[in-house]
Amino acid sequence: MDTTTRFAIQDLYADYTRCVDDSCYEEWPEFFTDECLYRNVSRENFEAGLPMSALALESKAMLKDRVYGVTQTIFHAPYFQRHIVGIPKIISESDGVIVSEANYLVIRTKLDSFSEVFNAGRYIDTIVRENGRLKFRQRICVFDSELVPNSIIYPI
Amino acid sequence: MNHPQPISFVRQWRDPGSSRIPYWLYTDPEIYRREQERIFNGPHWNYVALTAEIPHAGDFKRTWIGERSVIVVRDEEGNVNVVENRCAHRATQFCQEHSGNRKDFICPYHQWSYDLQGNLQGVPFMRGIKGKGGMPADFKRENHGLTKLKVAVHNGVIFASFHPDVPDFKEFLGPTMLKYFERVFDGRELKVLGYNRQRVAGNWKLIHENLKDCYHPGLLHTWFVNYGLWRADNESQNVMDDLHRHSAMVTVRNQGGQGEATTGVSSFRADMALNDGRFLDVETEPWWDGPTAVIQSIFPSVIMQQQINSVAVRQVIPRGPKAFDYIWTHLGFADDTPEMTERRLRQANLFGPAGFVSADDSEIIGLVEEGMVQDPESETFCELGGREIADTDTHISETLIRGMYEYYRKVMEV
Repeated sequence: MDTTTRFAIQDLYADYTRCVDDSCYEEWPEFFTDECLYRNVSRENFEAGLPMSALALESKAMLKDRVYGVTQTIFHAPYFQRHIVGIPKIISESDGVIVSEANYLVIRTKLDSFSEVFNAGRYIDTIVRENGRLKFRQRICVFDSELVPNSIIYPI
Repeated sequence: MNHPQPISFVRQWRDPGSSRIPYWLYTDPEIYRREQERIFNGPHWNYVALTAEIPHAGDFKRTWIGERSVIVVRDEEGNVNVVENRCAHRATQFCQEHSGNRKDFICPYHQWSYDLQGNLQGVPFMRGIKGKGGMPADFKRENHGLTKLKVAVHNGVIFASFHPDVPDFKEFLGPTMLKYFERVFDGRELKVLGYNRQRVAGNWKLIHENLKDCYHPGLLHTWFVNYGLWRADNESQNVMDDLHRHSAMVTVRNQGGQGEATTGVSSFRADMALNDGRFLDVETEPWWDGPTAVIQSIFPSVIMQQQINSVAVRQVIPRGPKAFDYIWTHLGFADDTPEMTERRLRQANLFGPAGFVSADDSEIIGLVEEGMVQDPESETFCELGGREIADTDTHISETLIRGMYEYYRKVMEV
């Protein structure tokens, strides 16, 4: 893979992280292609080949509905989240379709409380170029965390 | 409640009925201990598994009854056994996997082995070595098996009990609850779609209350109010067993939108429109037989959910007075078309720990618990629809909650 593409992938990950950590949720769907898959799924289900997810969104339109939920309808105690994302491992690249993975750690800070590990897992991504910009056609967040502490509200 | 009041630490249930419930029931370690004794280890059936999860001989699933870890296992004869996950020798919780397949269970500490019924098979060096050591002459393996629980299997759903005098399962449910149970579990083959596991920062009783509280869905949940899935003007039935410990909340969805049920309801969003309507691509199933949602609370361990095409078993495992684990087993049926499976999966986005609707509940329960911790001697006000306990055909009632605490008070002697 050429260096320019490699840097572009790293930028994609960094921009995504900034978006979800800085609560720029309206921008979040724009990291995806119109037809896409965003899945938060436990390692338990994923490795057993079970189709159920904690959240499974199958289009940019669904991502927009999730943003509306996060910002307008889902009642929740406020929290900050901080993603620590590892350097992406490029698995394959062919015909402009890149498959890559990266470890992630999400630290949650609730008001009046300590920062704690909220969700630990791995992104499994399919990335394509659309109008000169890299976008996720698929982002599967497979989390090791056996128990979700209360709820997952914001995008991982 | 409206006047300033310093806190005290008196543990007294002041009112005679069950319409005022003291907060210390949700915070006190002594109460929690007694609940383990009289409720989770009492003469009640606790949900443990589905037969679809252990189809073959040797298949097992590990789970909990109250705080006790148990293994549900199918033996060579095809029978379902439930044994405690604790070696009879020195208490090792020997099984750590969620599920798997075994010919026997061997404790790693001293290699005591048990068959799939929980009988002790092998004890290394039972007669000693070179004539020295070993078990006393009166040692009998049959006295040292795993704890074997009572088991009830009904239409593919497995319940177990540590109590020797637990009643017959159908008697435990009673005819009304059995009818709603068999509406979902009529014997047809189930298909497990996957699990969700969450730890909720509140007392275990709060989730049963949440699913007995037919008043809140049309207020807390924007999705339910907007799309008419569950709200004040739905046609409804809220019913209990004779002892009032179990309940079913039954509702028929309507078209949603503005109306009497949205007046002054701040969660209603007149301007809300889905970008992708597939979230609510509902197909009426013949077995619903009218209601579009039935939420059944089976005291003390499980809530059975059918809400439009999403079906789930929600197991409740207490984790101290101020937390419980909520384990969702999402279901379909073996004869579902691929389209129906897809529909169930899509609608599951409303439920579970990240759900558009259910996340509201786990979050709110955390805040209720926080409020109760502030002043444990205070009490909830639970008098919507009056102080009496009776089945009702309106959602504007807290009768089901009063029913559960009427039973709870007797069992707990508080």
